[in-house]
Amino acid sequence: MTKLLEWLFGVSLVGALWALVTFDLLDLSLPQTYREVAWPMPLYLLVSFGCYSLATVGYRVATFNDCEEAAIELQEQIKEAKEDLRKKGLKM
Amino acid sequence: MASRKTSYPNRDGGDKYSVLLPTYNERENLPLIVWLLVKYFGESGYNYEIIVIDDGSPDGTLEVAEQLQKIYGEDKILLRPRAKKLGLGTAYIHGMKHATGNFIIIMDADLSHHPKFIPEFIEKQKEGDYDLVSGTRYRGNGGVYGWDLRRKLIRFHFLFFPLSPSLINSRGANFLTQVLLRPGASDLTGSFRLYKKKVLESLVERCVSKGYVFQMEMIVRARQLNYTVGEVPISFVDRVYGESKLGGNEIVSFVKGLLTLFATT
Ligand SMILES: Nc1nc2c(ncn2[C@@H]2O[C@H](COP(=O)(O)OP(=O)(O)OP(=O)(O)O)[C@@H](O)[C@H]2O)c(=O)[nH]1
Ligand SMILES: [Mg+2]
Repeated sequence: MTKLLEWLFGVSLVGALWALVTFDLLDLSLPQTYREVAWPMPLYLLVSFGCYSLATVGYRVATFNDCEEAAIELQEQIKEAKEDLRKKGLKM
Repeated sequence: MASRKTSYPNRDGGDKYSVLLPTYNERENLPLIVWLLVKYFGESGYNYEIIVIDDGSPDGTLEVAEQLQKIYGEDKILLRPRAKKLGLGTAYIHGMKHATGNFIIIMDADLSHHPKFIPEFIEKQKEGDYDLVSGTRYRGNGGVYGWDLRRKLIRFHFLFFPLSPSLINSRGANFLTQVLLRPGASDLTGSFRLYKKKVLESLVERCVSKGYVFQMEMIVRARQLNYTVGEVPISFVDRVYGESKLGGNEIVSFVKGLLTLFATT
């Protein structure tokens, strides 16, 4: 199953459940409150997913490691390498 | 040199590591990356070879590579040039055909991937007999150097305003891909990886994308084929010398690639 199908499957499952409750498709005579809670659910989900995305990306950007020591180490090794390579006869 | 070699561990597991170095205008970087590779392979004692795949760089990268071959020997440095720039994906395929090792290491020649991590990759691979080991900037001590906050932020904006160039390495793009594909690896677009040769061959056969998306496709397909993936945190230092070869249509190809993978894997 491709990722696309997985997603379509997941979305339609949730959609079907939502429709079931919101429009009471099976005539379960669910209490009115259930329907009231259910019908704006997709919007809530979307908004909270948006917030989650924002928060996650924001957090990860903020905590992204700055590898300063790695850059310094590399600079030093570059110097060392250049010297050694010159000795070995490399013409740059 | 010969006297120093004896003090290094000698590992005769029969394993050999072929490092593929695709180059395009890396005249300044190539000697440095080769020097570092020789240093770290020497110290750790693993058997290796370096395969340089130069695509007719106008800056004379090949000429420098030939000098390096003279210095370090034809058994250590192999030159497999091509006449013109044919892209990164096919460069790996071309190099792999000539590799004699049973393991293949793929890395950039621009010094953003440091050879000091290779012994860690190898240990990781042995630890779990992994089919591939991927360097990750997004875990543990991994990270980047050379991206200022503005750059990170631009990248971060991508999720909502897909406008910025070089977003592929970004947090935002990585997040989006994680959500859509759930690939089971944290750094999808990084290209510092170690593969069992057979695994790489079977992956390459199946991969259709070009250039950048290629890296992403490789790891996504690996999961699809139930290959095991190990991860090693790496620090990524943005290139010091030379120019980035990736232009503005990077975004377009990233989005296209992502959608293709989404629909086909
Ligand atoms: N043989 C070959 N090598 C290439 C080609 N394009 C890029 N490369 C090499 O592939 C590696 C990665 O390319 P880069 O230009 O550094 O791409 P990048 O790391 O995404 O971009 P930067 O931000 O500039 O580091 C480098 O070693 C390049 O020299 C190509 O068409 N052919
Ligand atoms: Mg680079």
